[in-house]
Amino acid sequence: MAILINEQTRIIVQGFTGKIGTFHAQEMLNYGSNIVGGVTPGKGGQQHLNLPIFNTVKEAVQVTGAEASIIFVPPAFAADSIMEAADAGIKYCVAITDGIPTQDMMTVKNFLRCFHKNERMLLTGPNCAGTISPGRAMLGIMPGHIYLQGNVGIIGRSGTLGYEAADQMKILNIGISTSVGIGGDPIIGSSHRDILERFESDPETKVILMIGEIGGSQEVEAGIFFKNHSSKPLVAYIAGLTAPEGRRMGHAGAIISSASESAAEKIAALKDLGVTICQNPAAMGRTVGEALIKCG
Amino acid sequence: MDIHEYQAKEILAEYGVKIAGGGLAYNPEEAVQRAREIDGNTFVVKAQIHSGARGKAGGIKVCKNHDEVKVAAEELLDKKLITHQTGPAGKICSRVYIETETTFTKEFYLCFLIDRSSECVVMIGSAQGGMEIEQLAKTNPKAIKKVYIEPAVGLQDFQAREMAFLFGLEGPQLIHAIKTIKGCYRALRDLDANMLEINPLVIANNGDLIALDAKMSFDENALFRHHRIAELRDKTQVDPRETGASEHGLSYVGLDGDIGCIINGAGLAMATMDMIKLAGGEPANFLDVGGGASAERTERAFRLVLADKNVKVILVNIFAGINRCDWIAEGVVHAVKNIDMKIPLVVRLSGTNAELGRQIINESGLPIITANTLAEAAEKAVYARNQVIEQKPRGL
Repeated sequence: MAILINEQTRIIVQGFTGKIGTFHAQEMLNYGSNIVGGVTPGKGGQQHLNLPIFNTVKEAVQVTGAEASIIFVPPAFAADSIMEAADAGIKYCVAITDGIPTQDMMTVKNFLRCFHKNERMLLTGPNCAGTISPGRAMLGIMPGHIYLQGNVGIIGRSGTLGYEAADQMKILNIGISTSVGIGGDPIIGSSHRDILERFESDPETKVILMIGEIGGSQEVEAGIFFKNHSSKPLVAYIAGLTAPEGRRMGHAGAIISSASESAAEKIAALKDLGVTICQNPAAMGRTVGEALIKCG
Repeated sequence: MDIHEYQAKEILAEYGVKIAGGGLAYNPEEAVQRAREIDGNTFVVKAQIHSGARGKAGGIKVCKNHDEVKVAAEELLDKKLITHQTGPAGKICSRVYIETETTFTKEFYLCFLIDRSSECVVMIGSAQGGMEIEQLAKTNPKAIKKVYIEPAVGLQDFQAREMAFLFGLEGPQLIHAIKTIKGCYRALRDLDANMLEINPLVIANNGDLIALDAKMSFDENALFRHHRIAELRDKTQVDPRETGASEHGLSYVGLDGDIGCIINGAGLAMATMDMIKLAGGEPANFLDVGGGASAERTERAFRLVLADKNVKVILVNIFAGINRCDWIAEGVVHAVKNIDMKIPLVVRLSGTNAELGRQIINESGLPIITANTLAEAAEKAVYARNQVIEQKPRGL
């Protein structure tokens, strides 16, 4: 099962022929992802990595039946590419691009809301490492070999911290159903809560690890969903206990603008909601392992 | 990116917001000259630093004549101003803004910002201006009105009216308030600002609606399409290490501890800092070297961290995804040799080619402490730091 992507998912790459797009398209192909083509406006009709290039996403969808897309388009043009994918009927889009203006993302989210819920493209990112269903498909820029296939769902705002979690789990022989990077920007396609909801309905996922950080309120919103609707154990680590208020910690979204956005406050709120807290970032794998044993 | 009050006012004036007559000065003589140029008999000399709460910190001085303007400018210029927003380090005041004093009957609060959870612009206002909004939110949250603005259609007249009526305005003042409110929204949207705050917005004794203070903050990611705004950046208002870092693709935030950190990825950097704290230490900085950490960038990172004289030990924590640990290891060895580093260094490499990376470190002959896990890395760094501290007195 897994969520969002599997070995059958037909994928196109937007920003296909650029240096970054080319490198990661090849990596994804090597992993076994079912990439069926790419889009680079103006290069339609040519071939790249033995795959067809299209001028528009619409054309790519018509010819290849693509359902998913990954975006490597530079920040100034990325919002446009995301909306093009949504308009062309892509079901799931991962935006890797870092540095998209916040107001562009505001426009993107507004555009997505124009679609009926059943026809609305799911977006994760921007500014994320992508999504991987280990052993099945990789739609991202992560090192695929650190992920074992299994029953833990991971949701994370940060790329390398997600790798750290997967690595800790690999050492303990714990596998992952799907790992979803939701991105470090202030306005993102899907929140922790949105992805948690997907994991809830995936029979293969038994435990969910949420890797949050300072800034915003989405971890607590996911905690509320967990309390009211979830049957599966939720383990959470929140990065940034030592982060000072009002300073941007790398990610555009990692800034404490009010007291409730600090790591300590989020941890306290999540504890109250019954979420299993992992205080120590070196113990993410172990805490998930204990939760797995508890639920059999 | 933050800008100064006078810059924000200049922008807002272009969008139809009324401001008091004023001028900028870099020295006391210029300040007097500006006072001569503007109308009025009393003046306000305002320190231009990137911080609110300047009044309480003595950064705003009312002057009855030109001599007092000169004295006020002398007192403020080239001095550090410490407000509760700047922290103990304070901010240097290198320019003052001289305004004609506006006497007023009422003061309001008006702010626009990008709200993360609703993913749209929210307008926040209160008829009780002048005090800090955080304070008002605590003491009288009902006095604050929030209006959410649909991004595609933008701010509508009825929404602006709603706010103006909250301020209790009527007649020509109502019309003027609507113009002011709509102008602010346009400025925020046109220029990719994240935040725009007028506190206070006042009714002057002559009936005019005037922005007495103004604050704007812009989206760094959108500066590529606003060259005029990008040029307003004042490097004196930012920690020079942070500016230097961003020029080289590094993301740096200076802190008070003594364990220097060099890490790839913002989330892993924060987690490593947390781990240091759990192990009993304090991080000296946040530093994200980014994805493609080249040898050159690694060396820059070392120099940056070492520029902080509090640093007693450096911890490098790299989880290589796209990167390869052997490249990173070569970069680290190269940097340590080039810089001739004297303090302990703990390196943890994980991910792609980690074994190869460790081998390069071990074979370099350099006294580098290696660690396999995040926990081990933090513990070794804290241990090394404590060793340095204990040895200090004997060395003196």
